[in-house]
Amino acid sequence: MDCEIRDEGGVAIVALTGDVDLETSPRVRGALLDCVGAKRSVLVDMSGVSYIDSSGVASLVEAYQTARKSNTKFGLVQVSEAAMRVLELARLDRVFAIHSTLADGLKDVGG
Amino acid sequence: MTAPEVGERIVELRVQSRADRLRVVRAVVAEAARSAGASAPCVRDMVIAVDEACQNVIRHAYGGRPDGEIILQISRLDDRLIFDLVDFAAPVDASVIRPRDVTEVRPGGLGTHFINECMDEAVFRPPPAGAGNRLWMTKRIE
Repeated sequence: MDCEIRDEGGVAIVALTGDVDLETSPRVRGALLDCVGAKRSVLVDMSGVSYIDSSGVASLVEAYQTARKSNTKFGLVQVSEAAMRVLELARLDRVFAIHSTLADGLKDVGG
Repeated sequence: MTAPEVGERIVELRVQSRADRLRVVRAVVAEAARSAGASAPCVRDMVIAVDEACQNVIRHAYGGRPDGEIILQISRLDDRLIFDLVDFAAPVDASVIRPRDVTEVRPGGLGTHFINECMDEAVFRPPPAGAGNRLWMTKRIE
């Protein structure tokens, strides 16, 4: 699993690639919490996520809640089909801001 | 209680209770399901459920101990696949394992909900002699 962070106009783009599971989700959790802890808006690019389990989803929820508390924006972009199924199972597709393109996400978070 | 149905054995997998073994479990479940003729969405749901069940064993039954053993047997009975998951941890109280309310937005506690949503049946059954827990899951091949 790869977790790459880059900056686009002050917005942290966290690109996840591969399987986000019990083994790899602690790394994702750490990266996301670092970004939202720095009061940066965050967009998680999930186009390359081949699998995500409940521990990966928990990392997203924790980052989302931390961002809300600090009044920063948090969203998901280009969610893969495999990841979307899991978000739907968790009913989180109605909770997270989900954007079909990075441009839409950047527009929403003001990047 | 009647004996669980057996069906035609497709594969038996023995792995240690380690997070890095879940990749192997997912690959075996996906291949077994595909070879039984399951559609891509059906394969995906079987993989999700078995992964979460193994994760529960690793995290809760074995408490993160990496040297526990997990045995997964996958069998076919008519139009269903049976996933029989056995561990050797201390028995868990199955009566307290319930899916949480998913309308609450909070991290964690989704594994049992995923299992119930993705499988047609998921029940704890009496484990074989010497084992700790046995989770029996079935899903119709679609």
